[in-house]
Amino acid sequence: MFTNPLIYFVVIPVIMLLGLYLSRNMAQIRTVAVTGSLALLGLSVWLLVDYLGLRAAGADAPMLYRGDWMWFSALNIQLSVGVDGISIAMLLLSSIILLTGSIASWKINPLPKEFFLWLLLLSVGVFGFFISIDLFTMFMFYEVALIPMYLLIGIWGTGRKEYSAMKLTLMLMGGSAFLMLSLIGIYYNAGLNSWNLLEIAENGQIPHDWQMFLFPMAFVGFGVLGAMFPFHTWSPDGHACAPTAVSMLHAGVLMKLGGYGCFRVAIYLMPYAANELAWIFLILTGISVVYGAFSACVQTDLKYINAYSSVSHCGLVLFAILMLNTTAMTGAIMQMLSHGLMTALFFALIGMIYGRTHTRDIRQMGGLMKIMPFLAVCYVIAGFASLGLPGLSGFVAEMTIFVGSFQETATLNRVLTIIACCSIVITAVYILRVVGKLLLGPVYDEHHLQLTDATWWERTSTVTLIICVAAIGCFPNFFESLIRTTFSPEIFKVIGM
Amino acid sequence: MNAIIPLLILCLPLLGFLVLGLLGPKMSHKCAGWYGILSMGTTMVLAYITAYTYFFSGQPDFITEGGDRLQFIVFNQDWLAFTESLIIRLGFLLDPISALLLVVITTISFCVHLYSLGYMEGEKGFQRYYAFLQLFSFSMLGLVVATNIFQMYIFWELVGASSYLLIGFYYTRPSAVSASKKAFIVTRFADLGFLLGILVLSYYTGTFNFTDFTSIQEGASWAVTTDSALGVVAQFQGATFMGCSLLTWALVLIFMGGMGKSAMLPLHIWLPDAMEGPTPVSALIHAATMVVAGVYLVARLFPLYLMEEAALQFITVVGAITALYAAVVACTQVDIKRVLAFSTISQIAFMMVSLGVARPEFHEGLGYMASMFHLFTHAMFKALLFLGAGALIHAVHSNDYTAMGGLRKYMPITHITFLIGCLAIAGIPPFSGFFSKDEILSACYMNSTLWGVWMSFVAGLTAFYMFRLYYLIFWWDEPDYGHHKPHEAPWPMATPLVFLAAVSCVAGFIPFGHFVTWNGEPYTIHIDWLGVATPSIIIAVAGIALATVMYRKKNDLPDKFAKASCGLWTAAHHRFYWDEIYIFITHKIIFNGICRPIAWFDRNVIDGTMNGLAWLAQRLSITIRPLQSGSVQAYVYVYLAGALLLGAITAACVAL
Repeated sequence: MFTNPLIYFVVIPVIMLLGLYLSRNMAQIRTVAVTGSLALLGLSVWLLVDYLGLRAAGADAPMLYRGDWMWFSALNIQLSVGVDGISIAMLLLSSIILLTGSIASWKINPLPKEFFLWLLLLSVGVFGFFISIDLFTMFMFYEVALIPMYLLIGIWGTGRKEYSAMKLTLMLMGGSAFLMLSLIGIYYNAGLNSWNLLEIAENGQIPHDWQMFLFPMAFVGFGVLGAMFPFHTWSPDGHACAPTAVSMLHAGVLMKLGGYGCFRVAIYLMPYAANELAWIFLILTGISVVYGAFSACVQTDLKYINAYSSVSHCGLVLFAILMLNTTAMTGAIMQMLSHGLMTALFFALIGMIYGRTHTRDIRQMGGLMKIMPFLAVCYVIAGFASLGLPGLSGFVAEMTIFVGSFQETATLNRVLTIIACCSIVITAVYILRVVGKLLLGPVYDEHHLQLTDATWWERTSTVTLIICVAAIGCFPNFFESLIRTTFSPEIFKVIGM
Repeated sequence: MNAIIPLLILCLPLLGFLVLGLLGPKMSHKCAGWYGILSMGTTMVLAYITAYTYFFSGQPDFITEGGDRLQFIVFNQDWLAFTESLIIRLGFLLDPISALLLVVITTISFCVHLYSLGYMEGEKGFQRYYAFLQLFSFSMLGLVVATNIFQMYIFWELVGASSYLLIGFYYTRPSAVSASKKAFIVTRFADLGFLLGILVLSYYTGTFNFTDFTSIQEGASWAVTTDSALGVVAQFQGATFMGCSLLTWALVLIFMGGMGKSAMLPLHIWLPDAMEGPTPVSALIHAATMVVAGVYLVARLFPLYLMEEAALQFITVVGAITALYAAVVACTQVDIKRVLAFSTISQIAFMMVSLGVARPEFHEGLGYMASMFHLFTHAMFKALLFLGAGALIHAVHSNDYTAMGGLRKYMPITHITFLIGCLAIAGIPPFSGFFSKDEILSACYMNSTLWGVWMSFVAGLTAFYMFRLYYLIFWWDEPDYGHHKPHEAPWPMATPLVFLAAVSCVAGFIPFGHFVTWNGEPYTIHIDWLGVATPSIIIAVAGIALATVMYRKKNDLPDKFAKASCGLWTAAHHRFYWDEIYIFITHKIIFNGICRPIAWFDRNVIDGTMNGLAWLAQRLSITIRPLQSGSVQAYVYVYLAGALLLGAITAACVAL
């Protein structure tokens, strides 16, 4: 079992949990958190290199590093692992954000030990989800990732934290209920007595009428986490109240679980229904894209702006997945990466600004560029990434999505693509509005003049994220080909193209 | 051709940006400034070498035996592959217009770099300023050498962003912040059209490459030619949308991008406000380089535009209206930079009209050549005028002409060079503007008399408003300058002025037709002295004469004229209320009419439903809670009642 590298994505966080349990002071906690996340990052980078090597050497299985261990034989539930280009991209994203999030929580207070315990439990769920290919264990890890959120927001949050934590958990649990039903339906209807994704995709015969019933449930189940309209309202409240690292992980990684699940489970296993019912969800996600952007234009709380912006950007992910063509799907995965990094950067910066000014209301701040130039410049860069400036990640992801979506000739797809394109203007409006009010102009509050610029750990965290954002933006071909290795012909045979 | 020099042309400014951006704060002002100047100077020399090699070396890559100039791709690197055929590449395309623009951009950029050493002396953020200048130069150079339309779009966006950064350079000033925001958003909106145009065009043609678009056989048109002659465009055949062919739609949408960057009506509103940036920036971006990107875009895709008469007519109409509008407004502005801004809009509209009226059958596409010629001469004399205005502002610390007057005595170099700029833009021979404008007017007259007369009138207005400005600054009435007598500009500022003035004097004699034509086939340009040139000189002189009468000495003629104009003057002074219209649309309709209701809907209806569900669940549990009261008597009653009921049901069943 321990010869499979993937298993260490779960083992390392568990060891870290143990280390945290034993650590006595803040320094030890930090050491454990940072070394552990560095180890995870190293592991994912190694995995990326090794994976590309294997692919180059001609490994053409849909998933590599496969391993199965029986867990509950009566229902044939196994711990099955395996990764392709998409999962590796997600693992890389998760480890980067876990690392930068841990660094950004350098001074977390109170109860640092407990905070990191829950944060790590959450990451166990995240990493487990991305390496699993057994539907049941996948769902289990999914739940493991969701539950700690309740405590993290409820205890370390700000504002109406109990309400938001409850709302977030209940809405996501509601999604999970649909999901569970759908997964059980898939298990029984595929007729293979197997939870294994690949087996079901290859040999499963889910009847078409069952697909029509199960697909919407699976898509909505995951879609709730992907902030799909009209199930997105947990996101603004949840993000607004969450502490910095939790916002980063949640918007950066957890919301990607939704998009990933929609692709991996809903569309991958039920291509017939996906094709038939795509139009309903295309309309909903198309609405998400512009609706989120318009809503963001009038918000005054920095985190609300970013949460609605996430609704818009994540809407684009689901939108592109539903286009059911390689280019748009590649774009969707790129957008997941891009949005994950960029929004983590945003939330980190908002946390740092809030930590200094003790307000997130843009009407109460102004001219921060003069006071904290480093943070302000980082914020502008994040904003540029968000509005899709070439050279940063947002541009390549969005353009891939738009070009891919435009290849679909159906009138509805065309109209929705054009509407989605309009979001580039609206995004520019709300980003520049914030930059103008928050960072530029004269200093609003005299008291802010005493504030200091970023500390070294804040700089490390933000600069790491900026480098990643720029790397995707400058060398998109590398990431694009990584993701393309996944859309191998076998998979598209399944999708029916 | 070796790829190293072209690569360096792109890399040096990028490197300059990174070095100045990251290490700038650690450098002294002098060090940063000279680093920027040297970097740009080297780029300029390399660009000259490239252009010289292209035009004069006679290599078979660049020119055929018959003397036709060719398009040559120096390098082309895959950057992002969307599909098999839709691939974004970053490359370097060398052809007459890109070589021309390389020269224009690097020259003006170098002048501005040097000039800024004096103008920006001691400003806070000096290093940042130079870093942005380098970023802008990089983006603009990348734009003009693009080998495919998506590369152009990439650099197009970068140009927009660097313009945003430069307009907002004085970021503590609210007016600069809002001007930069406005510029970015308006051009972003136009870019949406550009993007959609690219999507339509690339979907039907299956390519982004310019060389694929332009490899259409000469004279091909929809009705008569076979598919092979149309090349990639053949797949458009028959595709229509709302009565127009899809190719027309694609071209008009792409032109919309050009309208944004080139400030054509109704997307012009950002340019006058962009004057909030430092003046050298206005000279570089908002006069000579970025604003001609739209013209360049149309010129780049000109063979495609030729296939759709409707698209070209659209360009002509938009250009002609903009030219007149901007010229009228320029007659009434107080801020000297805004006069120049409106004059820029008007002159760029000249170039657009010139492209719009150009047809291969009219003297080998004269309009195309004229447009590029005017782009070149205008870049030089408009940069000169802006830099001159910068010197004036530097001297009197105000943008308004009311703070100026009689300055010819104090600033002789600025005065002479500014006068040369005014003569050039007014179209007086032998200055450069005369020659290029004359070609434009000839092209207009060839197309139709309407556009010819229209543009001649605008040319007369140009002479009038430029000399109005000139007299108000250098003659008119001298205000009280107090102790701070205006002083002549220091040498870093004066040198570019003199250089650009010299170029403006001689540039008109360049035989442009030998270098830049729409299909690479060279020809000699003639000046039609009798038909076009003499009348236009007369019109220009009349404009100057009128300005002399009204503004040479302080008098009340201008006020009388303003009163007599029945509100036209006031309306023009308020730029025909375009800004108010936009504020109404953006604030009242979009912000209050769409964004606010959506946000309200989200909080109250969508979120309300979710909260409502939670409330319902809570109410339900409160309602049934008394059943679990904990009172044993109650349980016994319920138990007994249940047992009796079951018994009764069983009995009933047995009985039946």
